[in-house]
Amino acid sequence: MSIFSPQGNWFRYPEGGERMWIGLALVWCIIMFIAMPFWHFFGKQNATGESYTVEARDFEERVDRFVEANQVDEIEGVPVVEVPSGGDIYLLGRMWQWEPVLKLQKGETYRLHVSSTDLQHGLSILPLNINFQVLPGYDHVITMTTTTSGTFDIICNEFCGVGHHWMTGRIIVEE
Amino acid sequence: MNSQSATVDHRICNTTGLTVFFRSEFFIKINAVMGVVFLLVGAIAAILLALTRWSAVMFLDEVWFYRILTLHGVNMLVFWIIFIEMAILYFASSTLLNTRIFSKTLAHISFVMMVVGALITNYIILDGRADVLLTSYVPLQAHPLFYVGILLFAVGALLVCFNYFATLYIAKKNKTYTGSVPLVTFAATTAAIIAVIAILHGAMALVPSFLWSVGLMAEPDAGVYRLLWWGLGHQTQQVNVAAMVGVWYFMATMTTGAKPLNETVCRGAFVLYILFINIASAHHLLVDPGVSTEWKIWNTSYAMYLAVLASMIHGYTVPASMEVAQRRKGFTKGLFGWFAKLPWKDPGFSSVALSAIIFGFIGGITGVTLGTEQINIMAHNTMRIPGHFHATVVGGTTLAFMGLCYYLVPLIFQRDFYLRSWARVQPYIFAIGITMMSLGMSLAGTYGVPRRTYDSDFTGAAIETGFDPVAHILLGVLGIGGVIAFLGMMLFIGLVVAAAFFGPPIKDRKMPTWQDEKSQKMTDDLINRGYEEEGKHYEHVKTPGTIALVLIFLLSFVIYYFANWASLADLWFLN
Ligand code: HEM
Ligand SMILES: [Cu+2]
Repeated sequence: MSIFSPQGNWFRYPEGGERMWIGLALVWCIIMFIAMPFWHFFGKQNATGESYTVEARDFEERVDRFVEANQVDEIEGVPVVEVPSGGDIYLLGRMWQWEPVLKLQKGETYRLHVSSTDLQHGLSILPLNINFQVLPGYDHVITMTTTTSGTFDIICNEFCGVGHHWMTGRIIVEE
Repeated sequence: MNSQSATVDHRICNTTGLTVFFRSEFFIKINAVMGVVFLLVGAIAAILLALTRWSAVMFLDEVWFYRILTLHGVNMLVFWIIFIEMAILYFASSTLLNTRIFSKTLAHISFVMMVVGALITNYIILDGRADVLLTSYVPLQAHPLFYVGILLFAVGALLVCFNYFATLYIAKKNKTYTGSVPLVTFAATTAAIIAVIAILHGAMALVPSFLWSVGLMAEPDAGVYRLLWWGLGHQTQQVNVAAMVGVWYFMATMTTGAKPLNETVCRGAFVLYILFINIASAHHLLVDPGVSTEWKIWNTSYAMYLAVLASMIHGYTVPASMEVAQRRKGFTKGLFGWFAKLPWKDPGFSSVALSAIIFGFIGGITGVTLGTEQINIMAHNTMRIPGHFHATVVGGTTLAFMGLCYYLVPLIFQRDFYLRSWARVQPYIFAIGITMMSLGMSLAGTYGVPRRTYDSDFTGAAIETGFDPVAHILLGVLGIGGVIAFLGMMLFIGLVVAAAFFGPPIKDRKMPTWQDEKSQKMTDDLINRGYEEEGKHYEHVKTPGTIALVLIFLLSFVIYYFANWASLADLWFLN
């Protein structure tokens, strides 16, 4: 009875069905544990958390320089930059816009630097449903290879004030 | 006789035979009442949110959506749940151990702190000066009173835990019980220990935020804040799990006469919670910058999976103990004859049974899967997250606590329910609603629909975007499920308030049974016999039905888990 005090020595090893279930559950837990390091070595999608400390102003300057050097167009007042051949690219999240729009090449590998100059934001690339946390003070580096082409919208999925649901952006991947 | 009865400080429960001290009874009552008060606040917020996330309705405006979201999270996850847990702590120490509480003064002080803290927090949120959501992630800043309110509440809860431990100590010292503490007390102790650790983390996150909000400290680091905040946020969920499982065991005994199959296994599983859950807050930071892969894998998997193991053990032992009880009553037909004969019309039982099913099959499976380091990339901050936790903390913990209230009111408030047939359907209404809402959320999340976002159409954004029409249909499922759950919750609140304050008194009588006389008699019989036979083996009664159930569970788990890995493999390469 769960509401009464058990008397004497109640220690007992699990037996029968109970023991079988504990064993089975433990095996499953171990499989799930191994899956993560396994995917780290053999899988292609990992969140490494690579990041560097950065001052908001410095990051903003780096983004400005990146835009100046690569801008090709503008959508709704947001600069569009084209980087056809891999390498470092920048994305700035701030209330309430992702900048710039990135025009990338399919199959290239980019080092995406993403940070915020105000609040926390959530980088969410749709419809792929790739999501990363973006924090002020952290230059979060995501090494990504664009394996599919098309237009991918970015939204913000971390609450960042009353205009949070206006915070969008775009990545265009060309063949 | 007269002068003696004036000093009598306890009564003997006519149903359980337990000694109920009036003083602890008083604190059980007032904490439970406050819990229901804040549940009502949270429920009104809930319906407004459901009707806003339902993208075809969008009832609130954006300012009030985020404000009400803050209100809902704080009242539900903090005030409702923790007040009920405080009531459970008083019950599990004083009533189950047959002792007075350690300090009445401390109990009063802590209660007042918690109520004042909760009122301050609610006031400042509704006044529009704390639109920061439950997590108040820096650099988002709330009015200092927001932090003051939450800290006051937390310190109050910490004092209740202290009072609890001291009560355990005096019970032991005064030998008010023999043998070991009952399993339910063991569960409550687990919850209290984790609560202390959680509150200390919370102080480390919120005290600096408070100092910053009054200009005495520089802005805290956003990443460090998240780490500390989730030391609070995650661990309080483990408090909820431990308390909920304790309620499962309690209600299994009360409603079916079940006895824990093996005290060693059940208690061992609680110990696993204490040992291994504490570092699992990592699974909220899986796609954060600044935390390394090794740290994340170790802290989510090694630790978390032993805690998962513990939940899987309870997921077996609770139904298995019921199966044994049912078979001992003679319901031995086939694999599931015992299952069909469970007291499904007893709202105390059905709440707890549905709680275990929703918690396990939806909450547990999604939680472990979404908390996998890499799979989290496809889930972080999407609607899959509220889809998951409305199955754990609402379909699981809240529903279990509702079931508890169907016994708490007659046993502690000593009043009977009105509209008993409504009470019998209430758990089903609530369970159906919350399951629909949770599935609607989870599936919408697979389209990338974000959580905590007012407008799923992003109207007014410079760069236009939106979702597949199917995602909007799923948000409709969320909305309808939310309305049903809300109705179920209001029915619950109406029933318990009417009973606790105005119900027909049942002093000096056995609690009126929720079951028929015959089943109640069989249950009572088992409870009495179980007490005498404590420590005996029950291996002669096998549990094939439960084995079948848990195997179905494991199969669902494995399928869902690997299906998620499969869809992860379709993403861009990320490193
Ligand atoms: C009638 C029942 C309920 C309904 C209809 C409901 C509905 C909702 C909705 C629509 C959201 C917003 C999701 C989003 O946009 O991100 C939400 C958030 C939330 N709910 Fe509930 N809920 C209910 C009960 C509960 C209960 C009982 C609890 C806790 C015990 C709870 C805890 C939360 C939390 C913690 C959040 C997240 C707040 C945040 O993101 O800061 N809910 N709920
Ligand atoms: Cu944002």
